[in-house]
Amino acid sequence: MEETAPAGTMASRNSNAFDQAKVPAAQRPRLVAFGSGFEPVFGLASRAAALLVVLVMAGIFATLCYQSFPAFKTFGLPFIFNSSWNPVTDKFGALPAVTGTLITSIVAVVCGAPLALGVAFYLNELCPFRLRSILTTTIELLAAIPSIIYGMWGLFVLVPIMSKIIQPAVINALGPLPLIGAFFQGPPFGIGMLTAGLILSIMILPFIASVSLQAFATVPVALREAAYGTGASVWEVCYRIILPYTKTGIIGAIMLGLGRALGETMAVTFVIGNAHRIQMSLFAPGTTISATLANEFTEAFGKMYLSSLLALGLILFAITFVVLVITRILLHSANRKIPV
Amino acid sequence: MKLDPGILRKRRLMNRFMIGLFHLAMIVSIGVLAAILIKLVADGVHSLAPSVFTMSTPAPGSKGGLFNAIVGSVLVVFFAILFAVPIGVLAGTYLAEYGRDSRFGHVVRFCNDILLSAPSIITGLFIYGLVVLPVGHFSGWAGALALCFIALPVIIRTTEDMLRLVPDTLREATIALGCPYWKMIVSIGWRAARPGIVTGIILALARISGETAPLLFTSLNNQFTSFSMNAPLSTLPIVIFQFAMSPYRDWQQLAWVGSLLITVTVLALSIFARLFSRRKT
Repeated sequence: MEETAPAGTMASRNSNAFDQAKVPAAQRPRLVAFGSGFEPVFGLASRAAALLVVLVMAGIFATLCYQSFPAFKTFGLPFIFNSSWNPVTDKFGALPAVTGTLITSIVAVVCGAPLALGVAFYLNELCPFRLRSILTTTIELLAAIPSIIYGMWGLFVLVPIMSKIIQPAVINALGPLPLIGAFFQGPPFGIGMLTAGLILSIMILPFIASVSLQAFATVPVALREAAYGTGASVWEVCYRIILPYTKTGIIGAIMLGLGRALGETMAVTFVIGNAHRIQMSLFAPGTTISATLANEFTEAFGKMYLSSLLALGLILFAITFVVLVITRILLHSANRKIPV
Repeated sequence: MKLDPGILRKRRLMNRFMIGLFHLAMIVSIGVLAAILIKLVADGVHSLAPSVFTMSTPAPGSKGGLFNAIVGSVLVVFFAILFAVPIGVLAGTYLAEYGRDSRFGHVVRFCNDILLSAPSIITGLFIYGLVVLPVGHFSGWAGALALCFIALPVIIRTTEDMLRLVPDTLREATIALGCPYWKMIVSIGWRAARPGIVTGIILALARISGETAPLLFTSLNNQFTSFSMNAPLSTLPIVIFQFAMSPYRDWQQLAWVGSLLITVTVLALSIFARLFSRRKT
């Protein structure tokens, strides 16, 4: 009876309780007994669901370790530092994919973080109040667009622009310079590390911006107003007040972006070029761990090939795990509740 | 004290310059979003014919549509959400109600935070090792399970956050009236947090609708229309990947149409979720 009663406002609950008092005494204990009987079931079910999360996490580690065991057994720890990748001779090394992953992610953070902070400062300090929620949602929509759409757009729109306009210009301008010139040489393919990094920078922008904005919201209003009151400019408030106050949160936001960039798959796969070589030039085609997996997994024949690919997956998971743990510590030590 | 006009001018100039950069950052970000949407509409709309929804994926050069891919995507996403919602809501409830400060609760929260941002391709590899290898073939179920584990952390996170917004006084009042704990959660906690929980579920739905990487290792692809979850299943993102990377123009056209469909769906879901939560809370 209690089961079917429309549960709702406190008023209706009270009248329920009142009705119960009129129920014959013999029936009342049974209702209570039912409640206490279902309680352990519900509690156990919710505990089991929570346990599943831990099991998934442990399962990922266990599965990847188990599957990549043959590769690590054959190649040993040098697997990580070996740069050959030859399915024909069954010689595999992770170095090109690992460096590619790190380089594209660093490019993404170097380009994406300032952009994201600019957006966050704009939304926090300059944006007209009416536009604020619309513009915030618009930036958040960048995070909603699927990775594969970024990849297609990158391949069909950004790559031609890069190869015809941007890369030739940069090669001419920076290529002959000593030291940094080495990063900007070679033929303008359009695809390559830099293009992948640029796409990634757009993809991680909304994450960095929205976590930064949440950090900005913790700056005491009095502090900002005091600064403006003593004649500080908008830039000075951003640079001297907000930035120092939310330093930990911002670094956490950037780390979160880095974590996202490291594991991004489809967008990178389209524009990276899938070449297992380590090259100085950012314009050269390369590969990342996730792009290698996406490109080669379904056509990987042979136990060692498959095991090496799963070993790459394990390395990727280990790297992102470390980055995400640091992110979590940073964002928690800022003592704020921020979605990671 | 006299103001130095030189310093003042420098500060003003710096301020103008940085404000200009902030505007530029905003324009670039929104410009990229606009550029992506314009390209999708420009290349997708004119190929959007009824045959897209009625015919299966073609061989290069012949006429066809995306019917099998749409069916596959709907099936996989439907089952993924079907599994993820009860588990996610229950686990989120545990974190917000029973295990708020328990050690186990902290462990679960930690794992959930990591899974929330972990690369989706890793989840795909996990299901490959867990389901595909032992069973011996790719299947729709494997794909649904992979997507389920990607939706799960999102749902758990929002459920916990939303339940925590429910004031404790409300909980205490309910318990004081003699209500069993579980009933308090169901009829007070869930009821009060419902708009937020639903928003989380819709956002999870939006997220997994466009996921591609985990499906590569789990449901793979199928050129034919299939309703069997036990066999390889074609899904929209995988077909887009395959067709966009191909050298055939008509396949690339279909890839654009598919991208348009997915993006419109995902953006509509995300906007709807935001409006929904804003209206109700």
